[in-house]
Parts: sequence; C-alpha cells; structure tokens
Amino acid sequence: MLNGEETDASFAPYKTLLEVLREDLGHTGTKHGCELGECGACAVLLDGKPVLSCLVLALECGGKQVLTVEGLGEDGHLHPLQDAFADLGAAQCGYCTPAILVTAKALLDQNPHPTRDQIREAISGNLCRCTGYLQIFEAVEAAMLKIADQKTSAT
Amino acid sequence: MPNEEDPRVTRVGSPRANEDDLRVIGVPRRRVDARAKVTGQTRFADDIFLPRMAFCKLLRSPHPHARIRRIDTSRAVAHPGVYLVLTGKDVPIQYGILPVSQDEQALCVDHVRHVGDPVAAVIAREELTAFEALDLIDVDYEILTTISDPKEALATPEPRIHEYGEQGNIHKLVALEFGNVEEGFAEADEIFEDTFFFQGNTHLPIEQHASVAIKDQDGKLTIWSSTQTPHYLHRALAKVLEMPAAHIRVIATPNGGGFGGKSDPFNHEIVVAKAALILDRPVKICLTREEVFYCHRGRHPILMKFKTGVKKDGAITGMHLQTLIDGGAYGSYGVASTFYAGALQTTTYHVPRYRYQGCRTFTNKPPCGPKRGHGTPQPRFGQEVQLDKIAERLKIDPANLRLHIVESPNAVTANFFRLGTVNLSECIRRVVEASRWKDKFRKLSEGRGVGLACSAYLTGAGLPIYWNKMPHSGVQLKFDRSGGVSIFCGATEIGQGSDDVLAGIVAEVLGINPFDIRLFTGDTDLGPVDLGSYSSRVTLMAGNAALQAAERGKAIIAEGVAEKLEVPKERLSFADKRVFDSVAPEKGIPFEEAVCIAEARFGTIGTVGSYTPPKSPALYKGGGVGPSPTYSYSAAVVEVEVNPVTGWVTVPRIWIAHDIGRALNPTLARGQVEGSVYMGLGEALMEEQEFRRLPRKLSHALVHKFPSILEYKSPTSLDMPEVITELIEEPDPQGPFGAKEAGQGPLLPIMPAVANAVYDAVGVRIDEIPITPEKIMKALAEKKAGREPRFGPSHFPHINWPEALRVPPPWEGGDGNAVNDVPRRTRTVSKKEKVLTS
Repeated sequence: MLNGEETDASFAPYKTLLEVLREDLGHTGTKHGCELGECGACAVLLDGKPVLSCLVLALECGGKQVLTVEGLGEDGHLHPLQDAFADLGAAQCGYCTPAILVTAKALLDQNPHPTRDQIREAISGNLCRCTGYLQIFEAVEAAMLKIADQKTSAT
Repeated sequence: MPNEEDPRVTRVGSPRANEDDLRVIGVPRRRVDARAKVTGQTRFADDIFLPRMAFCKLLRSPHPHARIRRIDTSRAVAHPGVYLVLTGKDVPIQYGILPVSQDEQALCVDHVRHVGDPVAAVIAREELTAFEALDLIDVDYEILTTISDPKEALATPEPRIHEYGEQGNIHKLVALEFGNVEEGFAEADEIFEDTFFFQGNTHLPIEQHASVAIKDQDGKLTIWSSTQTPHYLHRALAKVLEMPAAHIRVIATPNGGGFGGKSDPFNHEIVVAKAALILDRPVKICLTREEVFYCHRGRHPILMKFKTGVKKDGAITGMHLQTLIDGGAYGSYGVASTFYAGALQTTTYHVPRYRYQGCRTFTNKPPCGPKRGHGTPQPRFGQEVQLDKIAERLKIDPANLRLHIVESPNAVTANFFRLGTVNLSECIRRVVEASRWKDKFRKLSEGRGVGLACSAYLTGAGLPIYWNKMPHSGVQLKFDRSGGVSIFCGATEIGQGSDDVLAGIVAEVLGINPFDIRLFTGDTDLGPVDLGSYSSRVTLMAGNAALQAAERGKAIIAEGVAEKLEVPKERLSFADKRVFDSVAPEKGIPFEEAVCIAEARFGTIGTVGSYTPPKSPALYKGGGVGPSPTYSYSAAVVEVEVNPVTGWVTVPRIWIAHDIGRALNPTLARGQVEGSVYMGLGEALMEEQEFRRLPRKLSHALVHKFPSILEYKSPTSLDMPEVITELIEEPDPQGPFGAKEAGQGPLLPIMPAVANAVYDAVGVRIDEIPITPEKIMKALAEKKAGREPRFGPSHFPHINWPEALRVPPPWEGGDGNAVNDVPRRTRTVSKKEKVLTS
C-alpha cells in the first residue's frame, strides 16, 4: 500500500524503496542526498515508522504501508504540518522538507504533545542546510496545536 | 495566507506595514512557492524523467596529479546498453566562470589535477550500466608530483598545475596600498600582529547536482540543471559546444540548496549537453554525494596575517593584511576570491590606511570557489578576533571599542567603496542589550563565556563577471485580462526566496495578492537576464527591476482608469485588488477591470524593468571586486560552555542583529539570518574539508579524508542553539522598498564570536577555524604549562609580493586611481584586462 492505495510494481530485485518510488512509481516527492543513509532526505513512513528509503529494499515492502509526502494531505487539503511549514518558513529550498514532514508526522502520531527537545530528537537524523532548524521546530509545534484543536472540536 | 506579526523576531525601527501603507511588503507571510515545497512538487533537476532518457556517469581520476598518456574506451563502447562514451577530445574547449580563468575542460584531455577530475563519460540505457562500463575504460596515467598545500605550491614551481598564472604554481598575486601604512603604524600607540588560519569547508547542499539535457524537436538544446547561474552556464555551453547561444536554453531548476556551490558552469552539465546533441535523446546525470565533494568550489583555506596599529582609544591608524590562499586545482572564482579576501576590512570600522597582499596558489585538490560570504569570512574571523585581543590589551570593552570605530553611513572607504546606510552601531547595541553582555563578559563562571563580533557584506556585486554595460537584472511583466500578472525573470530560486521577492514587490505596487501572480524564472528563453543567485544580489537587483516594471505597468493602468473614472491619475491608489480614488475610496473598480480598460485603451499590456548598479568610485585595477550598491551589517553575541576536561564546546544561545534595510518578507528574512547563523556555527565548530595522503605503497595520493555526509560533520537539530534575531530596519535608498541583503552577512560574525567566547570561557585563544575540542585541549595544555595559551599558526611564509598599486584614499585627495598605474579611463584596455573579476 502506497499512500493508502493498493500499488503493484515490477522492478529489479536490487532496487531500493527510494529508487522504486521515484523511478518506477513516479513519486518524486521523496528526495535523496547521499543514498547511503546519512542525510535523512529520503525518509518515508513504513507501517507508520520513519525509515530511510535508500536503505530499504523495495522487495521488503510487500504488504506494508508506505507513506510519502504525496500522501500527507487529505481531500485536497494540506496536512496541518504542511500548512505550518509553509506559513512559518520551515521550508526554504524544500529539498529536505518531504522527509522532515513525514518524520514529524510519525512523531505527532505517536506523541501528540512533544516537547521541543523531543522534536529536536525526532528530526535529528534529517539534515537541513538552509533553515537552522528553528523555524522547523516552531512549525511542528504550531501543527501540534492545530491538530490538538481539530481533535477537540471533533469530539 | 498572511500571518500575524511573527512574535519570534524583533524588528527594530521597523516601518510597520500600516504606517507606510504597505500591504504585502514587510508583512510576514507564506512564500509563493511554499505549497510546492511542502507537497514535494517542487521539481528539482533529478525529478525530471523523460521518455527515452539515457543516463550518464563520469569516470574520475583516482590520482591527484597526473598526465593522461592514453585512454582506451573500446571495451566500454562494446558493453551492452552503452550508447556513447566521450573523452576529452570530444569537448576540448576550455571554459571557466571568470574570463581570466578559462582553465577547465569538461573531460580532461591530457592532465588531471585532483582526485575526481573527470576523464571520460559513459552514457547508457540504465544508470547502473553506465556505472559498470566505467570499469571498462582503461586509462594510462603518468603520475606527477602532488602539491598538497600553498606552502608546497610556493616551494614547488614545477610541475605546474596550470600553464598560466603568475609563476610556478602561484595563480594570483594581489598587492594594493591605500595610503602610507607605515606612517599609520608610526602614529599608532600599539601595534598588533596576529596570524590566523581558516580551514576550508564545503557547501554540502542536500541536493546533489543534477542535469538533464535534450535536443529539442527543432534541433536546439535545452538543459535543466541545478545551477545558481543559468546565464553564465548559457555562455559556457555556447563556447564549449560551439553553438549559437540563441540555440541553447538553460533552465535553472529550483536548487536544493546552493550556498555558492552551484555557481560555476560544471563539467557534468557540458557533458550531458554534448551527449544529448549526439544521441538525440534526453541525457541525465545526477552526481553521487562523493562526486559533490569533488565538485566543491567551497571555502578557500586561508592563512592570514593581520598587522594593525591602534591609538590608545582603539582608533585604527593602519592595517596590513596578508593572505595565503589554497585555491585547489582550478581558477573557478579564485581571482575574485583573492580580491574579496582583502576587500571588506574597511567597510565595518574606519581604516584610514590599508595595505592588502593576497596570494592564491593552485594545489591538487578539488577547486575552491565561492561559499556563502565568498572570501570574506576568513579575514573577518581574523579581524574580529584581533579586535578582541586589542580591546583586552587596551582595557576597553570589545563592544565599546567597536562602537568607537564604526564606519559612517555613506562614507567612501580607503579602498573607495561607497557605503549606504550603516546601522552597525545599532546592531551592536541591540545584541549587547539583549544578551545582557555587560553582566556576562569576563564575569561568567569558568568554562562559560560570551564573545562578540561584527561584519559587513555586499548587497550584490557592483560589476558583472564579464565586462558589459548591460543591466544586471531584467524583469518583464505580462498583464492578463483576468487580473493575473506573470513575471518573467532570469532570477534563480535556490531556496532563499527570490521568487517571493519578485512576487511580493509586484503585488505591493499593483495592490494585488502575491498568489495572483505566476512566475517564470531561471529560464534563459523565457525571462530577461538576471546574472544569478550569488553575491547576495537578487533582492536588490532583481527586486529593483521588478519594482520598475511594476511601476510602469501601474502607470499604464492608471492612465486608462483615470480617464474612465474621471479622476486625476495621481490620485489613484492600487490596493486590495482594486484601483480607486484615494480621496474617495468607494469610487473604484476591481484590478482585473482596470487591466481590461487599459488594454482596450492602449493594447496588450506588458512592461519591462531593469537594474544596473551605480558606478563605483574604485577605478584602480582590482577595484571591481568589493563595490556594491549598499552593504548589510551584522553583530552577534555567542554564549558558549566549554568543558575543560574534553574541550567540547556547547553553544546554548546566539543573539544576532542584522541591518537589513527592510525585511520584504520577515518570515523569510529571519530564515536567512538563522540559516546563516547555523552555517556559521558549523564552520566555527566542526565543518572542515580535510585531505590525507594514502600510504606510499598505495600511490601516496592526496585524497579527501571525508567525502561523505556522515564524516563531514555538520550541525544537526540537536546542535542548534536558541537564536535571538533582531532585524534593524532603516530603508536604504538603493534597495527596493529599502531592502538590503540577509543571506550571507549574518554568517560572518559567528566564527569570530565563537572564538572570542571560548577565550572568555577558558582563557585560550583558538586562532584557527574550526575550533575543535582537540585544539582547545592543546591550548589548555599550553596554558597549564605556562606558555602562550593559544592554538594557531605561528608564522606567515615569505612571499615575493609585486609592487603594490598605490591608491591614495579619498581623504588624501585620491581619485580612485592608482598613482603608479595608468589610470583606467585613459589606459588602452586590452581584452584580457577588460575582464572584471567581481
């Protein structure tokens, strides 16, 4: 399952999840900065947990849930994390952004009220060379509040 | 969706949006390209996949210095799936970013100069096939002596890495003197001589360089590339491919970070273009991370010596700076870097007499070039640390010392740079106050300390890279009957927000929403030339061009509407997507109707704007590097905690004040400042491009110690301190709505402020960047042994400097020309000399 959709693909067995996503499934939202598991730019969620898609064989993903940046929004609306990143300057060049967004989503799914230090820890494997991270922390916090608000008003 | 005022950043002297009646400019808001970025839809070069696309890989030299005796590609050519193999003879024409340094070849013909220099290219059906075929190319190398650093380069004139340059392996020598510096030293109460070293480091953009080239249906070439300078790439391609430039289209895809590292025309760009023309199919290359390290063009390692004379009150009487610069294997921007390393010392504090001697050598390492701050962070580090030493000896608070000597607004400096607004004093006062400097400096407990430093930076290079009298930036606007406006401009989005600057300015002038604008940027076919995203020039130059185009469009529309509404056109206001009588605001029409009225009256509406910087008074040879329409200023206080047992430095907090003129979009301006602080902190504490020699039995080659992101240490989210940012806003007359740069200047004070803070914390001087725990431990050991508590270089080597060009400063009646050179205005300028090196 890719972003909630049943997905079939045929590919060479040595291909990584990153390569299959980008080259075989046309999901270029997931980026790469080293293809060695060092920069974090290729993070996606595998069964809800952040993984570096350059280190995962696509073959291993059969029957699993893969979430990429393309699957973050719902019904044509941006996810609160995407809105917050857009509004608060958390995406400058935007290259590390898709991976940080899904990593932050995994954090908020698991811990709806993370502290600043927990946010720092969660994205410490995602390098960003543009922002200095601070606007990213703030965007995650803003999204956290918005998601909490939405939950309150929904109940 | 505009935000509320950003509470996390203080804006001092800010002309609040409503006071100036501005609706877009100065209001924190979502950037126009934000949605694409947060949905992963921004199309970077490697995201382009085209039918029939082939993939290219480059075979790179494993040797730092060698002659190529022979290349045999026959086995690679025969490999199944290989379409084409290229070698140097297929693309032999030399190119380079500066007209004076046309010293690169897309594939080396007979001489490799660093590990990673490309010698052949394979283009194949699959990337993996191309990669496999690289192993089937046989290259016979004759190993040459490796020159590993500038001191070796000075001592080893043969073999020459290049056949041009000053002599031997010296690429460039610069000697300039503004006033009699020896007289300045004679007037001084104290003279300080200090030697510093700044290690090289690299940009490390997360996006690896990538390019895709195609031959269009009409036989022309299109290339998409992660370049910061599409116009210069356009020129290089025309030269090397021997094609009319009119048949080449360069599209700069949004860069996944640039920082200067994508500002040169690159060998891989030329190779895929050539291959696409031959194969008549799309050809892509995406560099591996290791290859990005080989492209480099990063910060030059610089050894420098400052001799500075001061009066008892700290006033500078004279300064003499010498630099020895490790250029790496090619010229790149190096001639400009050599001048820049000596250019901006005069722009922060009043320096009445100044002598600069700079020497750039070639070495067998990846070429150095422009990284954020281009040539100026290294001497800024030395200058600001030396000022800290001066303040201590003179028993003056370092903040007060700087406040006493800050250069005046609109001054013309000793080296003839005309300054604009200068709010450095305000920057210093703000960080001193915000950090509670006076309660902390020399007062914190052992192991904790604060340090202060300042800087200045250009808001755009005053001269283009090749000599011409044309504008530096152009903008075209197209007005649609729908009220939509399209902006066409060569400006290149590298993450800094150049698209948002253009949209914000045009939206402000026309009273429309930035999201009603479409942008077509970084495309040499669609938009007029903008020179590129370098030298912090885009906001001011493309911004002024956009402002002019928008004002012209507004005038045409106002003319039409004035007739229709029978209101004098001077009384018309453009705001909230309406055009209305400012005296009777209810009398007005929607913007789209206004466009239609104007179109009916005058025909199709399109306007242009362009920007050319003011002429610089620096007329001497070399005065082309450093002039700018105006300069930004920054001051920073860094707080550190130094572990005396491990030497580990922790930075909990940084205060920075940046004199920005006006923040066009404060959300992005703050991001530029914080991003600069981040990168400066990385340079201060950990980032370094290091090399080592392989053992003799393994060729003794000079190789990268760390060509990987894992081993090239850069700060993570865990390392980032709290940053308290203040934007000082006094609109500068040169900038659009008063804006000055923010993307480079705020990096500069961080490294010296960290060094000064480490001294405050543990009493040792680390006169070398990066400031690693190892260096601190060595200096602490020196301190404990009763020796000079310092780590850093001890001497500057002897260099045979040429006679300096002597330029009397303005206050000695100088006219900007050198007295011992033919004045530029009357000199018969040879073609080579005509080349400016900004």
